[in-house]
Amino acid sequence: MVQRVAYFVTCIADTVFPEIGEAGFEVLARAGVSPEFPLGQTCCGQPAFNAGFNDEARQVAEHFVEVFADYEAIVTPSGSCAAMVKHYYPLLFRGHRRQANAQRIAERTYELTEYLVDVLGVRDLNAALPRPTRAAVHDACHGYRGLGIARQPRLLLSYVRNLTLVEMIGHDQCCGFGGLFAIKMSALSGAMLRDKLAAIQSTECDLIITGDASCMMHINGGLSRVGSPRRVVHIAQVLAGNVRY
Amino acid sequence: MEAVPFERAVHLALADEQLQIALDRGTTRGVNARLAAMGETTDPQALRHQARLARERALNRLPELLEQLERNVIANGGHVLWARDADELNQHILTICRQHNVRHVVKAKSMVTEETGLNHALQAHGIDVVESDLGEYIIQLAGEAPSHIVFPMLHKTKEATAQLLHDKLGMPLTDQPEVMTRFVRGVMRQKYLQADLGISGVNFAIAETGTIATVENEGNNRLSTSTPPIHVAVMGLEKVIATWEDYAVLVQLLSRSATGQRMTVYNNLISGPRRPDEPDGPEAFYLIILDNGRSRILASEYAESLACIRCGACLNACPVYQNIGGHAYGWVYPGPIGAIVTPLLRGPLTAPRLPYASSLCGACQTACPVEINIPDMLLKLRRDLVQAGDPTLGWRIGMRLWAIAFRSPLFYRLGGRIASWLTRALARDKGYLRRLPPPFNGWTDHRDFPAFGAPSFRARYLARANSRSNGKR
Repeated sequence: MVQRVAYFVTCIADTVFPEIGEAGFEVLARAGVSPEFPLGQTCCGQPAFNAGFNDEARQVAEHFVEVFADYEAIVTPSGSCAAMVKHYYPLLFRGHRRQANAQRIAERTYELTEYLVDVLGVRDLNAALPRPTRAAVHDACHGYRGLGIARQPRLLLSYVRNLTLVEMIGHDQCCGFGGLFAIKMSALSGAMLRDKLAAIQSTECDLIITGDASCMMHINGGLSRVGSPRRVVHIAQVLAGNVRY
Repeated sequence: MEAVPFERAVHLALADEQLQIALDRGTTRGVNARLAAMGETTDPQALRHQARLARERALNRLPELLEQLERNVIANGGHVLWARDADELNQHILTICRQHNVRHVVKAKSMVTEETGLNHALQAHGIDVVESDLGEYIIQLAGEAPSHIVFPMLHKTKEATAQLLHDKLGMPLTDQPEVMTRFVRGVMRQKYLQADLGISGVNFAIAETGTIATVENEGNNRLSTSTPPIHVAVMGLEKVIATWEDYAVLVQLLSRSATGQRMTVYNNLISGPRRPDEPDGPEAFYLIILDNGRSRILASEYAESLACIRCGACLNACPVYQNIGGHAYGWVYPGPIGAIVTPLLRGPLTAPRLPYASSLCGACQTACPVEINIPDMLLKLRRDLVQAGDPTLGWRIGMRLWAIAFRSPLFYRLGGRIASWLTRALARDKGYLRRLPPPFNGWTDHRDFPAFGAPSFRARYLARANSRSNGKR
């Protein structure tokens, strides 16, 4: 019996970074999965939820629950969005008529590398970088601390040809993004970003890899602002073999 | 109300070079010490969980344990007083001072007395009070407030400290902490001998024997509680624990998490005043148990926050605290736990920015020795603020519109396309925007914003699906 697997691209990888969306989809195909892409999907609701607007978050989450109701697995290239669905949908829908559905969906949602390694048992995706490269992982907070994702991306990256993985000091330190935090508490978020940029600048690697497009947007926005040519890339891009740097 | 608006306090902290140096040194040392000390235990996660269970055992039957504690303290020859709020606690101590004709007080470190503003209350009645903890003494000299639960002068560099001791007490300038410590010790000795009453905090109150436990490294707590003829210990009512077994778990986690020590240099265990067969100790012992909003928290969905053992690990680990230090939080309890405890103790609208002063990165929860889920409580406090109508009308309308757009695939696509077109039209160099209009300008104050990729993933997916099905035909 083949699982019905849905791909949740996330709003940010759909609109801001479609290349990450494509890479995630491609990686699943490489792993032998034929994911479906439910066309009605939008967002998990996290922006409103993190701002304390639970009613608004629930309205968007209800839509999510409807769209993804019929799948055995929902895979997304974001630890943050996966954590929103897995941890907070059960709370958000407590006592709600869709509680059971939300609970089921929470149990079936996976971050991409978690799904590849822990569910499918994938190791080698036959990916390669164009030239010998030292790379480090920036662990995105919600995936790392919320879902315990640290081993999976490193394992998958260890099979990528031309890639030597090193650890960055402060690899698990927040970049300061935090959704609306970056806008509402801009100076504070900016100070955290500066710390992250300093950590990145002090590593001797050519490539920083992360699992969340939102952190990537934030850190790259900071690198661009200070005139640095370096960029963070998404792990799906590395695993799909279409990363430019 | 916040003394200084939070945004302003953040601005000042980020611009303060001395503070930034001190924060970097202090928090880095704190984090590394904790990681090393926790790392040498056989199973740090199991230990944390044991500690959590010990705290839950206490909180689950708090009224009963407090009564047991009271009975046992009295049986040991001590007095127990209850304080509903800060003012009542200060009044109790003033009454004791009056009864015993107290002029001079020495006080070992106690966050609860910071919470009640005890020093001011005593001084207003002409009673001289001296902090005996080195860090607390130095900031008392400087006329400042503690900026950290465990390291009250974490915001001060040793260079600034030497200058202060030189200016205030005539200490010859030095850059050696040992020399400064020895100098202050000489000053402090006189204070102990002079004091009529000693005050201390409580780290744990062990109900089954009526014993109060404190941890310290300077011996100042021991001197403050045993030299003067009267000892007054003050505690928040959540500090009670059931048994010595629970103490054994909690005390090692406290010292490992707070200072990275297996054990602090002094572990004081006090069960009442001096007994007839004992050579020293105070003639009278009072334990004052403070509520000040805690029983209300216990009955709420924030009860978990009372499990806190005030180790300060979440402060050190927090990237926000690392950048702004403790004073920016505006009240006694800073850092992630302070962002929860402050609005809970004083009312949500007294500190409406604190729950938002977090990227929800979770470093605090990972550091917490009793597994307190701080990010979840910050989220709940944000929800409470929204329900209380705190966010501006603009934000409320904005979120309403966002929800309408994002629950409709049509509006979502349309919005995405407009944003994509706009950002691409306005992007200049290398696909980035240097400036966004309000309310998004906060973003571009500190980083560039990328132009959206085009076409969207959805459009690419559909195009591919179409070409596949055309090819099949």
